[in-house]
Amino acid sequence: MANEIKITAPLDDAAVAKLKAGDQVSITGVIYTARDTAHKRLVDALDAGQPLPFDMNGQVIYYVGPSPAKPGKVIGSAGPTTSYRMDLYAERLMEKGMKGMIGKGMRDKKVIEAMKKHKCVYFAAIGGAAALIARSIKAVEIIAYEDLGPEAVRRMEVEDFKAVVINDIYGNDLYDIGKAQYRVAK
Amino acid sequence: MEVGSFTAFLRSGRGEKTLDFPCWFGDNNPFKSNDFNVFWEPILRTIHSNAIIAVVKKMVMGANYDLGDDVIRAFEKGLKQEASPVGRAVLNTLIENARIAHDEQVPICQDTGMAVFFVEMGQDVHIEGALLQDAIDEGVRQGYKDGYLRKSICDPFTRKNTGDNTPAVVILDVVAGDALKITAAPKGGGSENMSRLTMLAPSAGKKGIVDFVVKRCEEAGSNPCPPVIVGVGIGGSAEKCMILAKKALLRHVGEPSPDPELAALEAEMLEKINALGMGPQGLGGTTYALAVHVEKHPCHIASLPLAVNICCHASRHKEAVL
Repeated sequence: MANEIKITAPLDDAAVAKLKAGDQVSITGVIYTARDTAHKRLVDALDAGQPLPFDMNGQVIYYVGPSPAKPGKVIGSAGPTTSYRMDLYAERLMEKGMKGMIGKGMRDKKVIEAMKKHKCVYFAAIGGAAALIARSIKAVEIIAYEDLGPEAVRRMEVEDFKAVVINDIYGNDLYDIGKAQYRVAK
Repeated sequence: MEVGSFTAFLRSGRGEKTLDFPCWFGDNNPFKSNDFNVFWEPILRTIHSNAIIAVVKKMVMGANYDLGDDVIRAFEKGLKQEASPVGRAVLNTLIENARIAHDEQVPICQDTGMAVFFVEMGQDVHIEGALLQDAIDEGVRQGYKDGYLRKSICDPFTRKNTGDNTPAVVILDVVAGDALKITAAPKGGGSENMSRLTMLAPSAGKKGIVDFVVKRCEEAGSNPCPPVIVGVGIGGSAEKCMILAKKALLRHVGEPSPDPELAALEAEMLEKINALGMGPQGLGGTTYALAVHVEKHPCHIASLPLAVNICCHASRHKEAVL
């Protein structure tokens, strides 16, 4: 992809500040997975004053519940799940230092405001391109909530993980921009 | 002693036949009923549940690994008409993804779905062994385990995973004949969440239908993994309407309804949905929907039920006839 920006996870404020809605990125480094029930548990832990199972500072959270790995593979298919279901929890994790989220689909206005405030970006990976995306995941380890099966929290080492910036820290939204560009006026 | 005879008309699994039976008074009836015994075979055709288990297992795996040619052709058609370069790149990625899934026999999408089955059971079929639901569940259990498919079914309150992707949803129609047709239609949660039912007033008419479906797609936006196939049910009762919408998704992608009125409605809705500009993955473009499929059924004089069931681009079906 032309004009692809290479970034390394975890992220810091300087890296986040450079990203703009519409940027194609290639992510290399360590990311963590969490989806519906894992988010509830993370936020329940915060409510109870308990530590999180990993240091959230600078982390990129990938909303995914992978399919099981076939023998000899590190993971099964692993594309993004729909993000709005994590909207209720996202700001709480930003307060703990989360710098990026990877999913698909639109975010709530409150989350977009929180992203500006806490300097966090939202990336989309291609929903349904799960067999392809799995190739960029090089190592996987379950680090919490194993009983949740596909929803367990996993630490992933990724290389050249393709994504696009949907919401940057300046309030831009690629979904709105893209739609406006191709909308046929009624 | 023979006191007369009667003629019986018999119908069995072997066909139809007329036989003469003697009426005998007293012992030592000389009538040998071999003719009858040889002819007799139950009308019901027996299918063992093991056959159902085996075919269900094979279908859930195949459906999740191998994207239908109809969907690939729809991607290729989309590539020709898509105005956005990003949109075309997305479509190319999806074609590549489908190829990898097929070659490596891995799931197209990590969400290998809730296991939904449409079953058309001939009323001359008798299932032996296990209950139909149990046989299908066992096929799902084996297929999701041995096929390394994700188990995505949980208790609605505790959210505890059932661990084997059961129970399956089975929609049963009893039809004429002695065949058992099973269609596996695993469906991901992200697109299923975008489903809606509305009970329009009859006065809303076709315009009301088109407006609702287009608005529903706009609200769904990038959530259901566009390019999507939009299933629309019109009429019936509330629950019948939802089934129609899902059943509409079983049709080959882009094959118009045989009813010209519905085919025109499909074309109108497809154009209006794609004119919204959302495009592949909602990143902007002209191919948000690959097709709109409409099914209709008579409804109550007070009602105009309308159901929308959006399917992601991983539109997965497999069919088997036992």
